[in-house]
Amino acid sequence: MSANHDDHHDAPDGHGRALRLGIGGPVGSGKTALTAALCRSLGPSLRLGVVTNDIYTTEDADFLRRAGVIDPDRIMAVQTGCCPHTAIRDDIAANIDAVETLEERFGPLDLVIVESGGDNLTATFSRGLADRQIFVLDVSGGDKVPRKGGPGVTSADLLVVNKTDLAPMVGADLTVMSRDAAAVREGKPVLFTSIREDRGAHSVAEWVAGIVESWRHQHSHSHL
Amino acid sequence: MDGLPGLLLLADSRLPAGGHAHSGGAEEACRIGAISGPEDLARFLRGRLATAGRVAAALAWSACAAADAESAWRLLDAEADARIASPAQRLASRTQGRLLVRTAKRIWPSAALAALARAVPDGAHHPIALGVAAQAAGCTPHQAAMAAAYTSVTGAATAAVRLLGLDPVTVHRVLAELPYDSVIAEQHDWSALPAHAAPALDLLAEQHLRTEVRLFVS
Repeated sequence: MSANHDDHHDAPDGHGRALRLGIGGPVGSGKTALTAALCRSLGPSLRLGVVTNDIYTTEDADFLRRAGVIDPDRIMAVQTGCCPHTAIRDDIAANIDAVETLEERFGPLDLVIVESGGDNLTATFSRGLADRQIFVLDVSGGDKVPRKGGPGVTSADLLVVNKTDLAPMVGADLTVMSRDAAAVREGKPVLFTSIREDRGAHSVAEWVAGIVESWRHQHSHSHL
Repeated sequence: MDGLPGLLLLADSRLPAGGHAHSGGAEEACRIGAISGPEDLARFLRGRLATAGRVAAALAWSACAAADAESAWRLLDAEADARIASPAQRLASRTQGRLLVRTAKRIWPSAALAALARAVPDGAHHPIALGVAAQAAGCTPHQAAMAAAYTSVTGAATAAVRLLGLDPVTVHRVLAELPYDSVIAEQHDWSALPAHAAPALDLLAEQHLRTEVRLFVS
């Protein structure tokens, strides 16, 4: 063993730790609402932890705590010094520290959700922090957004287009969004949701449950 | 010069060790109007360098010079603790130290960093972590002290650029004109370690933790 023997959480192969799921996307697209929905849907069957990256104070963490969807102690807030993308991409130290603190305190866990602070279309999670990532858009940003691409839209493991209930009101054409997203994402999955109407975001929760299951299968200790 | 690449990496604000989210009191100073332009910032940074910077440089020098010495680092860490009056600043220093050790252990795997993590499991103070990381990176104690002095002001300077929209070139000129060498001294005897206090920084750190809206950890 090397000098890093006590850093098993840093093991690139992810043996013996929870799947780390990044949720990114622009301000107001519904990242926190999706995180709450996933806790609501998956909480009964999976051991969860949540790390929020608030731009201001602990707004998102407080929202989740008030929502009552998860034990408040299992939510940790990370401050990002005006640069939400830096904390999830370039300097992930504080986020890794929070994830590991949750795993040490409450582990073993099945899933740790890392919700980024609201950012722009270029934001994406480092592979050193997130094993899988979801990028959340909403229809009110306009139906051209998927076409504009950016690493979040093109490379996330799942693209979620939220607030479909608002589409008629903002003149967004979901067919256009769906077609453009499929084109720039080369077949990677896209799900349309309205978390206001489906408070458990069930299609997304089902996708997440699937990746947690395959992660567990690939990284269980029996494979060591 | 030996150790120079290690020094450059350790002093680089892009080192992924969590430093980008700490403002060293600058966020609170901006909020209350104590820093509103480059002149205020220059005074703030000079004060920071002469106090916190001088102490950090001496601690980093000593930590780097101690040869793979768990007990020495534990004692030095206690010396650091005794020199930081504000609990908020102690917490910020230990948080940054813990993240730096974690990062440095993966960049420069070494017995020294593993020993420091054992000696102070909850996170050594940042200057101690920096000194031992510098040793692991092949730096001299003088280089470790320079990294400590330099990083004692760069985080605050960057925070002011982000928060107030100051001209980054003007701020870098301020950084270039700071007297780093003047706060670095060879350390032989721990009883002679400097203990320059900065009550204003202590107060800013305490008030920062109690402020509702904050972008930086400290």
